[in-house]
Amino acid sequence: MLLTLYGSVARGSFRRHATYRAATFAGAFTNTAFGFILSSTYLALWHARPGLGGYSAEAAVTYIWIGQALLATVAVWGGGFQDELQARIRSGDVAVDLYRPVDLQAWWLAGDLGRAAFQLLARGAAPLLVGALAYRLRLPHAAETWAAFLLSAALAVTVSFAVRYLVSLTGFWLLDADGVRALVGITGMFLSGMLLPLALFPGALGAAARVLPWSAMVQVPCDVLLERRTGGALARALGFQLLWAVLLLGAGRAVQGAATRRVVVQGG
Amino acid sequence: MADVEDGPGSPAAPGAGGGSAPPVGRLPGRTAWGLRVWWMTAAMWTRSAMAYRTSFVLMTVGNLAATGMDFVVIALMFRHTGSLGGWGLREVAFLYGTAGLAMGLADLLVGSIDKLGERIRLGTLDVVLVRPAPALAQMAADRFALRRIGRPLQASAVLAWALAGLHVDWTWDRVLLLPVMAVCGTVIFASLFVAGSCLQFWAADAAEVQNTVTYGGATLLQYPPTVFARELVAGTVFGVPLAFVNWLPALHVLGRPDPLHLPEAFRFASPAAAALAAAAAGLLWRAGLRSYRGTGS
Amino acid sequence: MALIEVDGVSRTFTVRARAGRFRRTRREVRAVDGLDFTVEEGECVGYIGPNGAGKSTTVKMLTGILVPSAGRLRVAGVDPARERVRLAHRIGVVFGQRTTLWWDLPLRDSFELVRRVYRVPADRFRRNLDRCLEMLDLGPLLDTPVRQLSLGQRMRGDLAAALLHDPRVLYLDEPTIGLDVVSRNRVREFLREVNTGHGTTVLLTTHDLTDVERLCSRVMVIDHGRVVHDGGLAELHAVGESERTLVVDLAAPHPPVEVAGARVVRVEGPRQWLAFPASRSAAPLVAEVAARYPLVDLSVREPAIEDVIARLYSGERAGAAAGAGEGAAVRSG
Repeated sequence: MLLTLYGSVARGSFRRHATYRAATFAGAFTNTAFGFILSSTYLALWHARPGLGGYSAEAAVTYIWIGQALLATVAVWGGGFQDELQARIRSGDVAVDLYRPVDLQAWWLAGDLGRAAFQLLARGAAPLLVGALAYRLRLPHAAETWAAFLLSAALAVTVSFAVRYLVSLTGFWLLDADGVRALVGITGMFLSGMLLPLALFPGALGAAARVLPWSAMVQVPCDVLLERRTGGALARALGFQLLWAVLLLGAGRAVQGAATRRVVVQGG
Repeated sequence: MADVEDGPGSPAAPGAGGGSAPPVGRLPGRTAWGLRVWWMTAAMWTRSAMAYRTSFVLMTVGNLAATGMDFVVIALMFRHTGSLGGWGLREVAFLYGTAGLAMGLADLLVGSIDKLGERIRLGTLDVVLVRPAPALAQMAADRFALRRIGRPLQASAVLAWALAGLHVDWTWDRVLLLPVMAVCGTVIFASLFVAGSCLQFWAADAAEVQNTVTYGGATLLQYPPTVFARELVAGTVFGVPLAFVNWLPALHVLGRPDPLHLPEAFRFASPAAAALAAAAAGLLWRAGLRSYRGTGS
Repeated sequence: MALIEVDGVSRTFTVRARAGRFRRTRREVRAVDGLDFTVEEGECVGYIGPNGAGKSTTVKMLTGILVPSAGRLRVAGVDPARERVRLAHRIGVVFGQRTTLWWDLPLRDSFELVRRVYRVPADRFRRNLDRCLEMLDLGPLLDTPVRQLSLGQRMRGDLAAALLHDPRVLYLDEPTIGLDVVSRNRVREFLREVNTGHGTTVLLTTHDLTDVERLCSRVMVIDHGRVVHDGGLAELHAVGESERTLVVDLAAPHPPVEVAGARVVRVEGPRQWLAFPASRSAAPLVAEVAARYPLVDLSVREPAIEDVIARLYSGERAGAAAGAGEGAAVRSG
């Protein structure tokens, strides 16, 4: 019963995003353009240092295009449901949501997963296809790898959702969550490996980045698709993502509880 | 903000219509008036932003950090190699600084014009059109955000670092090219912002296409031209005139060979390219506004 | 001297519509169709009509935003389409739902920007501001950020902002929309003073007939891009044979009541709707119902402008149908 409810929320969100045709097309265009620019810079770097970070030049370019495919899907930079939730917090409408018989966090998560599914199809597939036509990409032949990638991408979206949810909830205490959102977005872009594979980060910075939740958003799914994580390593990578998802969703619930008490005390 | 007195060319005597005579007609008068309107509007937005001081500070810091991250990535790349496409770190930093400065200033001055489509959708462009001031000046200053100063500041810092470490024979022509790059680069990027936003007169969802050219262009220019395909570089010379922002003049300043083997004159042609870009953007804006107002062709 | 001259003005839009998956069709839509009228200096004219009738298209042409497809326009001695900026100095515009005030800044700052953008000389600005502040009772609010003002206070601020440069024509688009009764009356009082006291010509588009009744000596009704009525409001009601509705709540469900001069148009449990001519007073009707039936509550509903116009238009169409084929005007958004 509950599952069908959240399922319909996700499907509704998928369909809603499917109606923004022009924006989707323009977004895919941007992803593709950046894919080309960054591929050239990576090729220059790997031309100077073949095999850098354990990636072949082919794998490095593939990394770029997977990253562009995941950019909108995982929403590392922020976005998705955030504008809507923050507007409801600002206007106080969220007080109504808190008393609904559905779980607020699960409701928004279902919607965000629906959004991500659409964007993986529309804004992910198109750039990846163009990239595969323009460059020789290192894409897997095994169907299991693709399945593992989809699972990893879903976990990446969940971790990203949990972070964005926490960020937006700061709106209960700050007048405006946009400042925090911008800072977290930038941190995320850098530490997720979106701009540069974490293997190229020096010493302690690299070690820290690899265990922080942002690496679960881009670095891990990229490595899964590049078949750098197989067998036991694959299980550990997925477990790492799952762990962060559970921890951050739990933190989100705790903060949501505090926010609810606050709304109750203030009388909404 | 200090009170601005009624400037020259604006006799304050009540005209037949009850208002003072607007400076219609001549282009210099209109431009000066447009700049004043831009300044007044931008000042209002800046004071509005101060109503949310915490957010303003966070967003400014965020802006600085966001653009700084790009340079950290470049610096990390150079931990693994001494040169990228044959260019050293200081040289790439020179490109990064000049591109970021021009892009950042243009974004600060006219960047909010990309909200044009939204204003058309909400009908608030009409409010702009019933005021006695150039619509372009009003739209360019609309939602002016001083926090965007983060990018040009950060780019200037990187540029200063690059200049401190570069071994350049500073002849007068090379010195002169630096301010020319900053001004012409800003004009070129500003023209791209305006021209790109004009597309929204016809297609309200085109904002992202414009971002591809402006933000994508700024990313492109951070790296040496030797890194990219020759066709792409040629496109930035003869199509969208990005190469004139920094690539071509940098070839002269840094004494590097031109991957396209163009005549020397191209390295000094940024002012001409900027003038052409500005004129094209102005004409496109006029055409867009005429189409919105339904003027027959 | 006529301040607004509209001479055979038409405006067409090209509408592109999706027809099937890839095909798109283009269609010419005539929003305003051969409009002819003049407004004299000092008049207050109500300009009404159903949604999509061409009201806002007309106002956009009169303010120089839109250029007419055909015909000639002159406002305050200026061709709006060709001299938009010069015209802007001579007109004031208030869009009911789009404030021109600065949301996060004190009201005072918005007025100050008007002074600079319209280049109003300091003494004249002072005089106009004082007059508006006093009449609209805005003095105490000058230093309040606009976001903290109520809707009614904001509308008063917008009215003041539109008048600080002494426009000769004031265009108002739904100036009382969303306001409570007190604010509505205050806005109307102010507009009457601006019109009769200061001699500013006012053109008012609205859905609220009471605005028109209180303010305008003349009302133009537009439908399908044409003027279907131009004259007094009383004549409009007469022509449109409009009816008001008396809604009565009786103590218990009851068969339709029978009173002279009204007919029951709807019964829903103890509630009944009685229609009677708009030109008749409601008082005797109320007295009769109250005397003969167990009345609990009542209210009077004004005729909806749409109904009046619908009747007006269908009447005209019936008359014209016998003659030449009417213009195939198409309604637009």
